[in-house]
Amino acid sequence: MTKLIVDGREIDVPPEYTLLQACEAAGAEIPRFCFHERLSIAGNCRMCLVELVGSPKPVASCAWAVRDCRPGPKGEPPVVNTKTPLVKKAREGVMEFLLINHPLDCPICDQGGECDLQDQAMAYGVDASRYQENKRAVEDKYIGPLVKTIMTRCIHCTRCVRFSTEVAGIPELGATGRGEDMEITTYLEHAMRSELQGNVIDLCPVGALTSKPYAFQARPWELTKTESIDVMDALGSNIRIDTRGREVLRILPRLHEDVNEEWISDKTRFVWDGLRTQRLDQPYVREKGMLRPASWSEAFAAIAARIKGVAPPRIGAILGDLASVEEAFALKDLMTRLGSPNLDCRQDGAKLDPARGRASYLFNPSIAGIERAGAILIVGANPRREAALLNARIRKRWRAGILPIGLIGPQGDLSYAYDYLGAGPDTLAELAAGKHPFVQRMQAAERPMLILGQGALVRPDGAAIAALAARVLSDNGMLHPGWNGFAVLHTAAARVGALDLGAVPGKGGLDVAGMLQPSKLDVVFLLGADELEVPAGAFVIYLGTHGDRGAHRADVILPGATYTEKSAIYVNTEGRPQLANRAAFPPGDAREDWAILRALSEAIGAKLPHDSFAELRRALMKAHPHLGKLDQIEPAAADDVMKLAKAGGSADETPFRSAVSDFYLTNAITRASAVMAECSALAAGKIPAAAE
Amino acid sequence: MLADKDRIFRNLYGIYDWGLEGARRRGAWDGTKAILEKGRDAIVDEVKKSGQRGRGGAGFPTGLKWSFMPKQSEGRPHYLVINADESEPGTCKDREVMRHDPHLLVEGCLIAGFAMGANTGYIYVRGEFIRERERLQAAIDQAYEAKLIGKNNVHGWDFDLHVHHGAGAYICGEETALLESLEGKKGLPRLKPPFPANVGLYGCPTTVNNVETIAQVPDIMRRGAGWFASIGRPNNTGTKLYCISGHVQRMCNVEEAMGIPLRELIEKHAGGVRGGWDNLLAVIPGGSSMPLVPAALCEPLPMDFDGCASVKSALGTAAVIVMDKSADIVRAMARIAYFYKHESCGQCTPCREGVGWMWRVLTRMAEGRAEKREIDQLFEVSKQIEGHTICAFGDGAAWPVQGLLRHFRGEIERRIDEYTANPHPDPMRVAAE
Repeated sequence: MTKLIVDGREIDVPPEYTLLQACEAAGAEIPRFCFHERLSIAGNCRMCLVELVGSPKPVASCAWAVRDCRPGPKGEPPVVNTKTPLVKKAREGVMEFLLINHPLDCPICDQGGECDLQDQAMAYGVDASRYQENKRAVEDKYIGPLVKTIMTRCIHCTRCVRFSTEVAGIPELGATGRGEDMEITTYLEHAMRSELQGNVIDLCPVGALTSKPYAFQARPWELTKTESIDVMDALGSNIRIDTRGREVLRILPRLHEDVNEEWISDKTRFVWDGLRTQRLDQPYVREKGMLRPASWSEAFAAIAARIKGVAPPRIGAILGDLASVEEAFALKDLMTRLGSPNLDCRQDGAKLDPARGRASYLFNPSIAGIERAGAILIVGANPRREAALLNARIRKRWRAGILPIGLIGPQGDLSYAYDYLGAGPDTLAELAAGKHPFVQRMQAAERPMLILGQGALVRPDGAAIAALAARVLSDNGMLHPGWNGFAVLHTAAARVGALDLGAVPGKGGLDVAGMLQPSKLDVVFLLGADELEVPAGAFVIYLGTHGDRGAHRADVILPGATYTEKSAIYVNTEGRPQLANRAAFPPGDAREDWAILRALSEAIGAKLPHDSFAELRRALMKAHPHLGKLDQIEPAAADDVMKLAKAGGSADETPFRSAVSDFYLTNAITRASAVMAECSALAAGKIPAAAE
Repeated sequence: MLADKDRIFRNLYGIYDWGLEGARRRGAWDGTKAILEKGRDAIVDEVKKSGQRGRGGAGFPTGLKWSFMPKQSEGRPHYLVINADESEPGTCKDREVMRHDPHLLVEGCLIAGFAMGANTGYIYVRGEFIRERERLQAAIDQAYEAKLIGKNNVHGWDFDLHVHHGAGAYICGEETALLESLEGKKGLPRLKPPFPANVGLYGCPTTVNNVETIAQVPDIMRRGAGWFASIGRPNNTGTKLYCISGHVQRMCNVEEAMGIPLRELIEKHAGGVRGGWDNLLAVIPGGSSMPLVPAALCEPLPMDFDGCASVKSALGTAAVIVMDKSADIVRAMARIAYFYKHESCGQCTPCREGVGWMWRVLTRMAEGRAEKREIDQLFEVSKQIEGHTICAFGDGAAWPVQGLLRHFRGEIERRIDEYTANPHPDPMRVAAE
């Protein structure tokens, strides 16, 4: 620890602190534009200048380490002043320079109200300009369908450049030109390819990079902010949903160091236009092959009429990827009351079984644990497409120091270097037998980690693959006390929660593959399950939000609520229950899913006991107390991985493939979003992007 | 005046052979092995004792700079980097050294490299210096062939020397921007600390020295620190290459003793100011980034670091730019401001935004198309740039403007008055009816 006097106050800070951190620790506020905690230090905006007594010039506090300060002649601690006239004048000078070429278009700028430059100009700016010359104008650049550029506003802080180079790992933004002609752009105005590009909007301290879909929609102070959880992937990114009236206008990240830090993926951020389109806002009933709008009572009557007399084993229910824990609980309860064991939450057919223990399907080392991992083996996953932020975490760890990364499965640009070990189960078997050189590298590492993707589990031999993967760790002595490196990477937000509840077939019940066999079932409930094809003959009750695949096949449609329209608990891939809050209301006659299930249960004579959501949640917490401990991971027993390793089974030779083929289109909401469709087409190369 | 025997650059004008043979005849590579045998500390001490200050512009004591390098390598290699990116307008001393006496530089690199424990040296040559680069490379090849440098050379210190050429950016003459450029990146100055002696090229301890500084080292070692220190004044010792250009009879490069009076320098070597000493308007003593010195302060003006500092200017690279009374001083400074606006790297705010502002205001002032209050404002703007930037480029851009405003305020005011009195020199056109 080093002593330092900041504005007359003595403080004790670690020597590796920068002056900016030290000043903040002393309670002094330091303005900044280019500095950002999670990016490298650029020191170029010069707004954070402070006076270091003894230094001839003011120093940039963001770039000056406490250990670089020299003590006084008699060994007194270094003195830093942040409020002296010298500092004020220096900052005012920098502010004036920033403003001379910054357009006065705040009234039409989307950043207005949440603009760093605007805010700091209140403190360090003057009311009139001394600059008599023409202001610089810079041509706007096309950098993709998500980020709108108004480059005249750019203050060249290079936060966006550093983000795309360092965090996203797709170095496509850069500065061309020199001096005042410097411009931020992509190469030949190519659209950005990163899945995290939307974060540059948050990073941009001015209105140079703004959200294209949100352009001119609202002012920040008109919006109601709701803290919630994202369901576009299984990470459970913490988000803030901004609404005006009943419409979601934008989605922003919320800080959670252990999950998403302060980033979110583009799918999370820009999916909101999909919440408005293709919505199911009233019940429908199929008559003579055509769906016709109906009232709730008509819909329930149609279901009750069809379900009457059907033998329970001929009824099945499939839980979709976006369902909350409460819905899964209610649906499971309903199926139990109907006497049917045919319930499954694994609509993609992943061979994960809660009976094998919780550790067999969790991301045990936790997302933040990636930063402590010593070696990583990725099996049958493309983390960049399946969980873009988790991929960024791996990259962060990879940048921080030597990290051997092995990959078995589909190859792709993951934004970090990896050793390609093989395509399929035979390589995995080699590792499990300890015959592959990569095993030694994993053994040498203190905390080896194995990421098992859904691509390796959705195959018919998925159970054998999971056992094989567990064997890589257990048979080679890599499961240490205090470190369980077995990490299952999920892609569905609903999956872990539903597995925790045991929403899988009961005794003698059919799993998804069994239920989808022709003429196995008479009645099928789809709770937002869209990624499958129900064979002809079955009566399909679809409870969902969008007119997507499930609704097309349905005989009765019950309109539900999306994740922004209900209070719900989601459990992420690590097993972390998190609470999503309601930001808006479902459109039209649509209702929250638990209420629909409750009403339906009464109509078909299997009445669920809870009359309010609070009651439902109480029952849920009673049955599964760990779900009540919000934001806490209930550790899973590492023995489960040992047991899983003993499961055995034979794997075939088919190479692994990623569970997500198109990052932008993975569920019904994304398929309803025009923005996601454009991004998808762009990523697939269907839209020529650059004028080359 | 410097005696011929005290000259270091005896082939400055290229009348003799530049090659190894000729250089040897002039004393280069003589007893180099004996110099190295004195040991690292002895060489650094000798250079310290000689009082040599860096010839690149800032005048930092060379021996002191070398002593910042770690004494023992902790695994990282040490590097010597020679700054041959001579781009300061008015300066052409390193060019002549590379053209006509390249072996002095090569030998100096070996000695300096040895003194700081570097087995590799890089010479970063300005992009426009094509023939100089070829000549330098040829000299290095000769030295390799004669086993003077390279692996297992006759001097017993493995030393590889590489010539790298820039792309002609002024900012790459700033030592950390030069290192960035050498690493293959955009030439943007780095934040200091850490200083290059600690974290330099490829993150390793590095010392960056000017061509002239290093080329003087072999002679300092051969003739002794006492000889070097006996020339010039205390704290301003040795000989210096002066580049005299502008309104003089004969523009020239000349090696002279430090502290030679400006008038003597101009009259003895450049044939005097065009139209006589009384016709002198101002002098920029150290390359375009230094404040000008008006004629009234030019005599007596000892041309060394302290002498120039006493008139609020600086010796810089000792590129003396002479302007007689025919010079349009405001336009000249506006042109210099344009140069800095064009060469600013754009990394940090004050320089990127401020230098263009100064240029625009000065351009108007050159015509008189300004207001008098803008003079003070311009001065303030230059002060807002100075000392607030990452590198010294901002200072170098602000100083010439400050020099102008300090000494020629009256001239600017006169122009403004003239313009205000008659803003439309051409008769107003009347529309045809």
